[in-house]
Amino acid sequence: MFPVVERRMIVPNVHVLSIEAPEVAESARPGNFIILRPDEQGERIPLTIADWDTSAGTVTSVFVQVGASTAKLARLKPGDRIPSYAGPLGHETEIDRFGTVLVIGGCYGLGSIHPIARALKAAGNRVFALIEARSSYLLYWEDRLRATCERVVVITRDGSRGYKGHVTRLAEILALEGIKPDRVIVHGCTYQMMEISGQTQPLGIKTIVSMNPIMIDGTGMCGVCRLTVAGETKFACVDGPEFDGHEVDWEEFLARRESYSSEEVEPLHRSGCASHF
Amino acid sequence: MSPVDYIRRPMPKQEPFERVRNFDEVALGYPADVAREEASRCLACKKPGCVDGCPVGIDIPGFINCVAEGDFAMGIRKIKETNALPAVCGRVCPQEEQCEKNCVLGKKGDPVGIGRLERFLADWEAEKGAGEAPPLPPLNGKAVAVIGSGPAGITVAADLALRGYEMTMFEALHEAGGVLTYGIPEFRLPKAIVRREVEYVRSLGVRLRLNFVVGKTRTIDSLLDSFDAIFVAAGAGLPWFLEIPGENLNGVYSANEYLTRCNLMRGFRFPAVDTPLKRSARVAVFGGGNVAMDSARTALRLGADEVHIVYRRSREELPARAEEAENAEEEGVIFDFLTLPVRLIGDERGWLAEIECRRMELGEPDASGRRRPIEIPGSEFSMSMDASVCAIGNSPNPLIPMSTPGLDVGKRGNIVVEEETGQTSRERVWAGGDVVTGAATVISAMGAGRKAARSIDQTLFARR
Ligand SMILES: Cc1cc2nc3c(=O)[nH]c(=O)nc-3n(C[C@H](O)[C@H](O)[C@H](O)COP(=O)(O)OP(=O)(O)OC[C@H]3O[C@@H](n4cnc5c(N)ncnc54)[C@H](O)[C@@H]3O)c2cc1C
Ligand SMILES: Cc1cc2nc3c(=O)[nH]c(=O)nc-3n(C[C@H](O)[C@H](O)[C@H](O)COP(=O)(O)OP(=O)(O)OC[C@H]3O[C@@H](n4cnc5c(N)ncnc54)[C@H](O)[C@@H]3O)c2cc1C
Ligand code: FES
Repeated sequence: MFPVVERRMIVPNVHVLSIEAPEVAESARPGNFIILRPDEQGERIPLTIADWDTSAGTVTSVFVQVGASTAKLARLKPGDRIPSYAGPLGHETEIDRFGTVLVIGGCYGLGSIHPIARALKAAGNRVFALIEARSSYLLYWEDRLRATCERVVVITRDGSRGYKGHVTRLAEILALEGIKPDRVIVHGCTYQMMEISGQTQPLGIKTIVSMNPIMIDGTGMCGVCRLTVAGETKFACVDGPEFDGHEVDWEEFLARRESYSSEEVEPLHRSGCASHF
Repeated sequence: MSPVDYIRRPMPKQEPFERVRNFDEVALGYPADVAREEASRCLACKKPGCVDGCPVGIDIPGFINCVAEGDFAMGIRKIKETNALPAVCGRVCPQEEQCEKNCVLGKKGDPVGIGRLERFLADWEAEKGAGEAPPLPPLNGKAVAVIGSGPAGITVAADLALRGYEMTMFEALHEAGGVLTYGIPEFRLPKAIVRREVEYVRSLGVRLRLNFVVGKTRTIDSLLDSFDAIFVAAGAGLPWFLEIPGENLNGVYSANEYLTRCNLMRGFRFPAVDTPLKRSARVAVFGGGNVAMDSARTALRLGADEVHIVYRRSREELPARAEEAENAEEEGVIFDFLTLPVRLIGDERGWLAEIECRRMELGEPDASGRRRPIEIPGSEFSMSMDASVCAIGNSPNPLIPMSTPGLDVGKRGNIVVEEETGQTSRERVWAGGDVVTGAATVISAMGAGRKAARSIDQTLFARR
């Protein structure tokens, strides 16, 4: 059993969850994820690692409450215990001296891009962040990004902060801000990652996306997480979760993500995205 | 001397129409009097061929004699000298290709039901609640890690715990048992039996670390800092697909996904549990082994109207246990022999709608000794299906080899070991079971575990 150290709603419908799992903390790297079960009847669900503390032995994720499992997570209190917490899983983010890197976050990605930005900076890159939410009150952890990145650009759907609109304005915003990234890394919902990949392709900017298909084991055993990348079948849990966004077969991916939607209770709250995925 | 009895006593089973509606065990086991009758058929050969056919060399005539005499306690003790998991092996071993194949009665009639008698004794013991742990020797100061909690891992953990080693068994999933837990369905191997075996191993002082993915949570090299030796028994968990068009459609599963949703995650109880498992009306299962039979029979129990096994060779080549193929047929699974799926066709929403197949014929025997299936050009036809389950095989998961420099692996990702000892190319690291052989059997995995345990003991003992 794994003790819950913290579970707190940080903005409406978005929670941080810190779990005591010293061995996971010890091995965690930017871009890894974990798989947990909220209780004995629960599904195994993946969450990206948004932070970790090796001295305290804790691992933190940010999750959006969308369905049954995340609703159970949202009811956890410090001192509760969850039966499964396995990780860190997946390949870590490729960190190198790329030059200028733009990290983009939306939904839970506002949290999980932070350790990536931190590692990129430590590797000697110029790091910019672009964060997106429906409205300014849904932004979180901006201070952490500001402390790490050269500049943090904000887009809100309602224009309550920063640029008004959606990442569909990416090319325009990059020009206005004078940011010329050598690489873009996106953590967020599927539509956002797909949209950004579509925009950066003509600009010739290498774009890394963190794919979030349905998963069960997270160790390469079941194959439910498969997707097509550059014409080849890959298992997101062991070959990814990060892939080159220009090589992903997005149409197939979206279809596969929906495969259980009729069994899943429609989310009570939709998050900031046009259609939360 | 009574006349030779050539007729095997039938085992009571749930009726087919009844059992396709539940997940309870199909075969009910012999009652004591029938078991004694069946055991009395044994001719107690001087040179028992059955023992040669047993991968772990159980004293078969010995335990059968005990059953015939009614000394069940002695019988189970005899089996347990060489086989720690009789309740499992009695149910899932391919006896017809092993012990029972060599039974002299089989030349003119039915071989003795060795597997059924093994199962009888194991169940008798469990019912009595006797499974008391043998006395443990004092700890010898050496610690060994076992990676994976399937039959190979369980064997090594138990064998070495009984020799005074401090044992820790690491398992990636949230339940122990390996394929016995996530793969083989409840109706063939009740999970209560697997749990009992795992509990037994824990009663020997073995520490079980679930949710621990070796290669990720910690690497083999890092574990070698804390343990004197490591036994890798990670199984063959990487599912193969046919690599034909349409395999990423919705409704297309690997057998591992299908069976894991059902067994490990108990998806058959959805929505009482959170993991969904689709109720499909028409299901095609690709393959002809135990995994295919299990998937097809699971689909029926989940309420499918029609389930097909699509197999590219003929009935004679079916690699499944004969009894399970029969059970599947009795339950109404339709066998499409000499049939090869060539394309999966989806509807406009990305769901499987049809499978296109080609007819095959048998040619010359191939390397495996089985006649090679050859495609018949122009024989394409299609069947409408809303789900397919691919059960054509698995290979070892690359997580451990990838994260362990210097660990030699073969072409299919199997860990290379010294045949007699299970020693890998890395010092202090042994391996055995499916991770070495590729997908094989429970008993061969246990046999490999036994050999490795002996070698680990000899090596560490010499160093002491
Ligand atoms: C590698 C990986 C990392 C992830 N990291 C995070 C993370 O850090 N934080 C986080 O909040 N979520 C993350 N997800 C998504 C998360 O796993 C799902 O949101 C979760 O499984 C939903 O479970 P549920 O039972 O609450 O919802 P369900 O009942 O399963 O689904 C409810 C609704 O959510 C939608 N949904 C289903 N699966 C996903 C998914 N994978 N992503 C988003 N929506 C989904 C469904 O279509 C449905 O409309 C990650 C997924 C992957 C594969
Ligand atoms: C559906 C099905 C039906 C079968 N039916 C039969 C049958 O009737 N008769 C028969 O004899 N055989 C049968 N088999 C085959 C038999 O189950 C296997 O040969 C046997 O279980 C192999 O044992 P093992 O200990 O090598 O590995 P497994 O049983 O595969 O166990 C390996 C364990 O290691 C864990 N693991 C993997 N990687 C890691 C890691 N990195 N860190 C930690 N843990 C890890 C896995 O999660 C798993 O629990 C069947 C197999 C399947 C799939
Ligand atoms: S989640 Fe099962 S293989 Fe990736």
